[in-house]
Order: sequence, then C-alpha cells, then structure tokens
Amino acid sequence: MLRLDGLVKTYPTGDKALKSVTLEVPRGQVIGLIGPSGAGKSTLIRCINRLIEPSSGSVTLEGVELTTLRPRALRAQRRRMGMIFQEYALVERLSVMENVLSGQLGYVGFWRSYFRKFPQAAIDEAFRLLDRVGLVDMVDKRADELSGGQRQRVGIARALIQNPAILLVDEPTASLDPKTSRQIMRLICELCEERGLAAIINIHDVALAQIFVRRIVGLRAGEIVFDGLPNSMTAATLTEIYGEEDWSATIREADGDDDTDIDDAPRRAAGAAPQHIPEIDRDRLAGLT
Amino acid sequence: MPAAADAELIPLPRRWKRPPLIKSARLRWSLGICAALYLAAAFGTIEVNWLRVWAGLDRGWAFVLGFMNPDFVSHWADIKEGILESLVMTVTSTAIGILISVPIGLGAARNIAPLPVYLFCRGIIALSRSFQEVIIAILFVAIFGFGPFAGVATLSFATIGFLAKLLAEDIEDSRADQLEAIRATGSSWPQLMNYAVQPQVMPRLIGLSMYRLDINFRESAVVGLVGAGGIGATLNTSFDRYEFGTTAAILITIIVIVILAEYASGMIRARLQ
Repeated sequence: MLRLDGLVKTYPTGDKALKSVTLEVPRGQVIGLIGPSGAGKSTLIRCINRLIEPSSGSVTLEGVELTTLRPRALRAQRRRMGMIFQEYALVERLSVMENVLSGQLGYVGFWRSYFRKFPQAAIDEAFRLLDRVGLVDMVDKRADELSGGQRQRVGIARALIQNPAILLVDEPTASLDPKTSRQIMRLICELCEERGLAAIINIHDVALAQIFVRRIVGLRAGEIVFDGLPNSMTAATLTEIYGEEDWSATIREADGDDDTDIDDAPRRAAGAAPQHIPEIDRDRLAGLT
Repeated sequence: MPAAADAELIPLPRRWKRPPLIKSARLRWSLGICAALYLAAAFGTIEVNWLRVWAGLDRGWAFVLGFMNPDFVSHWADIKEGILESLVMTVTSTAIGILISVPIGLGAARNIAPLPVYLFCRGIIALSRSFQEVIIAILFVAIFGFGPFAGVATLSFATIGFLAKLLAEDIEDSRADQLEAIRATGSSWPQLMNYAVQPQVMPRLIGLSMYRLDINFRESAVVGLVGAGGIGATLNTSFDRYEFGTTAAILITIIVIVILAEYASGMIRARLQ
C-alpha cells in the first residue's frame, strides 16, 4: 500500500540522511522503526508526506506517486497520512476540539475553517474520537492545560480524523513516563487494528517496540540494516543497529515478558494500569544515543 | 591507587580566573587607553559660555514659573482642537498601520514565506525604518501639503516598519512543530496561518499594537512641529509667543494622555496571557 523505492535524502549541508531506502508497508501493518539518533528515522517519515523533500527515489501511496505531486495534489494526499509527533505538536492556544478538527483542514475550505463551521459529520467524528481516547470532557479546554499523555491522545485524535490510510508516528512516547508510554503505544496499535491502518512508528525504546509491533525495521546511518519479527532480534542485531554494547538486559527482558504482555494487552481494560512494568533499562538505551 | 598516582604525575590546577573578553592583552590595553584618551579629548572640546548661561537663566525661570501656573483657559479651544486632531491621527494611523503591517509581517517571516516575497517585504520594512518620523513628515508635508493627512501618512508608514518587523520576528520564533503538524494535515497556506501561526502570535500582536498606539500619540505631537497637523502645531505656536502657561498646559495634557494610554495598554497586555 505504501512503497518507498530507493529513497535518498541529502541535506544541503552534505549530510546523507537516507541512502536508498526501499520499504514496502502492506495495508494494516504496524512497523516499529528503530535506530540511533541521527539514523534518519525522522527524515524518513517526513520524506513520505514531504514535510521534507526527498532528494531522489519514489514514494507511492495506494498507487499514487507522491514525490512529483504539485502542491494542491500533495495537500490532498497528505490527508491520507496522519502524523503523530514526539512533543505532541498541538497548537497550544487552541482548544482540544479545535486541535482535533484541524485534522479536517485538508477537507474544508478556508472560510469554513476560519469560522470553525466544520461539517456535522466531522464534528460527530471528533466527538467519537475524543470519547474513544477518553477526553470527551475536555473539548473546550486549552491544549496547554492538558498533561503529556492527554496531549498525545489529542494528537492521535487529530491524526485519525483525517481518515488516513497510514499513520506516520514520530517518537510518540519519548516525552512520556513509562506507564503512559505503554498506554499510548497500546492505544495507537489498537486503533490501527480497529481501523485497518498501517503505521510507521519511530521509536527509541526497543523493548517497548518489541512488545507492541509485529514488524521491526532497523535503520542505521540512513540504511535499513534489519527487517524482521520482533522476537527474531538478538544482541547481534542490536549491535548491528546501534553499535557495541551489553544488550543482555534488553533482550532478556523482551524474551521473558514479550509473550505474556501481548496476550495480556487486549484483555486489559483500556486505560487500566498494567499489573507490572518490566524494568526498562532506559539509561542504557539513552547512553547509546 | 591508580587515581592517586595520576594526581602525582599531573597535579590539577588550583587557580582559575574567568577568561577575558578580548584574549590578546596588547589589544585589550590599547583599546582601553584609546577610550580614555577619547574621553579626555571630548571633555576638552566642551565649550561653556557662562555669560550666556547667566542670561538664559531668566528665560528658563519664566518657563518654570509658567509650568507652575499652567494656563488651560486662554487658548483652551486651540488646545482641545489640537489634542482631538492628534488623537484622531493616532487612532487612524495605528489602524491603517496594523492593516498594512500584518501581510507584510507574514511575508517577512522566513519560515512561512518564499525567498522573493521575504526579500521584498524585508525591503519595505528596512525602508520604513531607515528614516526618523520627522524626516518622513517633512517629505509627506511637501507631497500632501500641511495638515493632518501628512501626519497620518507619516505615522502609518512608521508603524509598518515597527509592527511588521516585530511581528515577523515573532512568527520566526514560533514553534516549528506546530506549523509542521498543521501542514501535515493537508491544510492550505491561509489555513496554516489561521490555525498554527495566528494562535501563537496573536497576544504579542495585540500587545505591540497597543504599544504602537502609545508611540503614535507621542509622535503625533512631534510631527505637528513640521506642519503635519495635531497638537504639535499648537505647542510650537505657544512657544513662539512666549506663552509658557499655555505650553505647560499642553505638555501636561500630553503627559496625562500618555500615562492613561500606558496604563490601559498594560492592563490589556496583562490579560492576554
């Protein structure tokens, strides 16, 4: 459904952020994109919706070549790609509802959006989504009054109201505590399943990625060096992606808790605290970067 | 103990001083000496004619006495007319200035405008900022003739340089991730302005506009001196006629209005956050 072919990004400074990345994302598949800082993860997802212009190569979404689109056609295609950000990227002085409805901007004309006269269907969908992410009581709160986890839920609702085919997710949990991180990852993955959405999730936290996604792609210095199932990752894989380090804690933790957690997750009530949080060796992961 | 051994081999430094701003000692000292010489020479060239100071004291004293007895009555009609004209000029020119500044400010923000538009708008701002109000007023009085229209044109023009520049800088300082997020939804450029830029810069735009209203009132008195309408003309006439009582009345009125405007804009800005 989404296909990247020989995607290259060279910045004007000469930095080669992406060196011929080829990747196929089937409909409904959630991919965890891991790799050290500066590996090109953020550049990769921004080259897909052309917030960053790729230097060469092709990106096709549902058969439409994106890299050559004129501005108007590009805006129409951007509606099909919802984006979720590390620091939430909500417009802080707008209300929760305005932030969610801003996901509809690609569908309505300027004056309708200016007077906040969105179609009834969009408003209904906004309320449904806010209910789904547990924020229906917050519609008129200003975005900067919310906590980190709540803001990211608004960010998720804003991405989903675009009616996307794919979610581009950039470090969704990097600013959140471990428990909220899990809840947000679970929410994103559940919503993708409910709606048959594909997703590319950039994520630093290898253990968290292993718990929630079905396919992991490892990026190092702009090249894909791993593409496989979460449980096929070994210490050698991580060394290949990140470099030399003692990976035993990360791997053992993933092996031990992985299965129980995946079976466990859907049965748990939404929003309930996980019974136990495996110790994630954040210092070690942070130390890599 | 390896650590102790290391310490014996290379003892840690025990003295620390903040590094000087200018590294080279020769340059540092010669700059200091030049500055001292210049200061001494400058003091040497000051000429004070004490006889003239003595003669001027009388006139100065008359002015002080006039200030003690401000005369609002004799020329009240002129004062009122001048103040009203100044206020009209202030409000009109600020409104016109804001209307023109906003599009120019958007165009002068590098993060949302393409390069040619950016250079054009920065050019207008530079032009507006390169001349003091009085010089523009002289020019506009020559073009449009005496009267408040020249004053309004002057103040509007000066407002553009001030407001558009500071607005553009505020836009450039706005959070890039919020712009990115709105752009990623497939929004058009006007929608991007309305949803991502406006909420971020609106409080500052309102604050700056109130501040500019202040400035324009004060400047409206100045441009009057060169014939561009407003209270400045009345003030000048009273000076020329040695009617210091009336002069004092005008100055006091200006001070009161500026204080009121300052107070009001302070209150409005405090409520915006």
